[in-house]
Amino acid sequence: MPDTAAAGASRSSRHHILTVLVENKAGVLARVSSLFARRGFNIYSLAVAPTDDERFSRITIVVDVESSPLEQVTKQLFKLINVVKISELDPADAVEREMMMITVNAEPGTRGQVIELVDVFQGRIVDVGHDQLTVELAGPPSKLDDFEDLMRAFGIGALQRTGRVALPKLERTVTRLRSLGKVG
Amino acid sequence: MKLNGGQALIKSLEMEGVEVMFGLPGGAILPVYDPIIDSPIRHILVRHEQGAGHMAEGYAHATGRPGVAMVTSGPGATNIVTPLADAMMDSIPMVVITGQVPSAAIGTDAFQECDIIGVTRSVTKHNELITSAQDIPRVIHEAFHIATTGRPGPVLVDIPKDIVDPNNPNSAMDWYWPDSVDLPGYKPTVKGHPRMIREAAKLILEAQRPVIYAGGGILKARAAEALRELAELTGISVVTTLMARGAFPDSHPLCLGMPGMHGNYTAITSMQQSDLLIALGSRFDDRVTGKVGAFAPGAKIIHVDVDPAELGKVRRADVPIVGDCKAVIEELISEVRELGAQPDRAAWDAQLKQWQAQFPLHYDQGWNEGDALKPQFCIEMLRDNSPEDTIVVSGVGQHQMWSSQFWRFNHPYTWVNSGGLGTMGFAVPAAIGAKVGMPGRTVWAIDGDGCFQMTAQELVTASAERIPVKVAILNNAYLGMVRQWQELFYEERYSEVYLSPDLPDYKMWAEAMGCVGLRVEHPDEVVPAIEKANSVDDRPVVIDFRVDWTEKVYPMVAAGTSNDNVILGPEMGEGGH
Repeated sequence: MPDTAAAGASRSSRHHILTVLVENKAGVLARVSSLFARRGFNIYSLAVAPTDDERFSRITIVVDVESSPLEQVTKQLFKLINVVKISELDPADAVEREMMMITVNAEPGTRGQVIELVDVFQGRIVDVGHDQLTVELAGPPSKLDDFEDLMRAFGIGALQRTGRVALPKLERTVTRLRSLGKVG
Repeated sequence: MKLNGGQALIKSLEMEGVEVMFGLPGGAILPVYDPIIDSPIRHILVRHEQGAGHMAEGYAHATGRPGVAMVTSGPGATNIVTPLADAMMDSIPMVVITGQVPSAAIGTDAFQECDIIGVTRSVTKHNELITSAQDIPRVIHEAFHIATTGRPGPVLVDIPKDIVDPNNPNSAMDWYWPDSVDLPGYKPTVKGHPRMIREAAKLILEAQRPVIYAGGGILKARAAEALRELAELTGISVVTTLMARGAFPDSHPLCLGMPGMHGNYTAITSMQQSDLLIALGSRFDDRVTGKVGAFAPGAKIIHVDVDPAELGKVRRADVPIVGDCKAVIEELISEVRELGAQPDRAAWDAQLKQWQAQFPLHYDQGWNEGDALKPQFCIEMLRDNSPEDTIVVSGVGQHQMWSSQFWRFNHPYTWVNSGGLGTMGFAVPAAIGAKVGMPGRTVWAIDGDGCFQMTAQELVTASAERIPVKVAILNNAYLGMVRQWQELFYEERYSEVYLSPDLPDYKMWAEAMGCVGLRVEHPDEVVPAIEKANSVDDRPVVIDFRVDWTEKVYPMVAAGTSNDNVILGPEMGEGGH
């Protein structure tokens, strides 16, 4: 198997989004993530949270690989007893969102510029210090990338992103939604 | 009914129909051992936990029922990791119960603590840490369900001491037995897709040079009868992989025997030249395919497997069918019947017969003074002087390949070996497990001297428990398969492969372990020794066969090369076509 992990976590169109419905049990995340590690896949981002049904959690995984090795991983993943359903979303047919918190240098001379950009990107200032601001920004991952690039000029003190979550686009999505569901 | 967790665990095993378990107690699992005294379950006390695991595997191989092993936490648990990995690779149904330190101590590096759930995640079909005594019946029931359905495999259940210890309030539970399992993420497919079955039947009727590529899945699915019916209905010849020896009788005219790295010329070449491979419960293992890109280049593939992840993993299938082998073969049979007559394949059948005649398995046992004893001769004599339904168990290496080649397996579940993981030391404990499961059958372990030294201590278990297995050590004083590779591929630079013919003295060692020990050095001593061994039925027997250390396993396809390049051996040269 080619070392696809070496291709790195670029933000190119090669990325795949898997949403994995799992039983809400201890150790399930470790099972899922170690399976990716064993096959040499680098997980680009991962988000996990309970669903509306408390018995299940949904893991949203973004991987950056060719589709054929991914199919093998998906099948292996599906063999985990606690994995209930796997859907692979085509980025073009999915709505993706991510949240970022970023602490930016904002001394009196540049503070106005920073606040202006926060407004343009529809972010929110959630904490204010003497010469720094902490900003919350949610949106499509590319928008977060743009904002991050712009903030770099001012100096980034700290940055944290949640990893993306995704749902299929409504109405026109079904053709590319590859569902391997065992239930529902 | 109020029970404590330990009682509930043993009662759950009884409810699952467990008759025998293999294990070794220790601190964390102590409370579960107490109720064993009052249970009808037979417990076999091993000398090393690896032995317990391989015995459970051997038992499962021979009987089809899940093997059960129980060990303590920490080193007890880590010692059984190899059998778990082995069972995972060879799809053996097995349930392993490990003790764990008390819940409150988990994560504190307590004495004999090991995160066995983390350690065994990738070598089990499933594992689970029970956190409440009340969950014990449910989790045990799920464990057996998972181990034995779909693609079988090992399941590990880890049990903290506090929930089984009657002195701890955490162990109190109200007994119940679940009448079903609730596993929303686990629904194995049994029946094949009707459209795919029809496609497969059409391909079969179009094929001029078809071969059935039968794997271990046939045995797991209890599909040997169905396979025979399909082969006879279609007239298509069958290769039986290392894991499928016995799934189709070697005596059958359609049987081509074992393919792969040390398969026979006809089995290998029939696949290479076929236009249709009907893969039934086989997984295109690298030891079968050789260089994948050059494997059976002209063949279309029908691939039947209960595990969807096997389809397309190595070779793209033209007709992939997810389902239980027995169910799918039966569906295929009725579909083929409906479609009508098979084409005339006389030319292909004649070609197969010609290869068989031209390239048989070959060795020379000399009878002159000083001629070395050939290991293949020992196996043939064992075969010819033991009951036809003898269960043969091997370790891993040259002796394993010769056993698979030279024994004639005419019944399913008569061949037990470690195929996928290739675990040296498998034979002795697995033979004990097989004999426990099938006490009325003769069980011969055919072992190598290197393998034997890894797990021989379990013959103490066999003697103590009166389990009369028989062990033939093909003693060539070397790690023979490694030596063969060093001879062929490392310019005869023999690095760290020499053992010794007489250190240890296997006869004395066997006797020290309560077995009958015999030694054979000359060809004319072989049959009398085997007859003597077969007459002993109250204790284990070990025969130390001092065999020719220069003998190599042929045919051979060198690792990573094309199956077109079968090396037949020094006398017969390279097979071509």
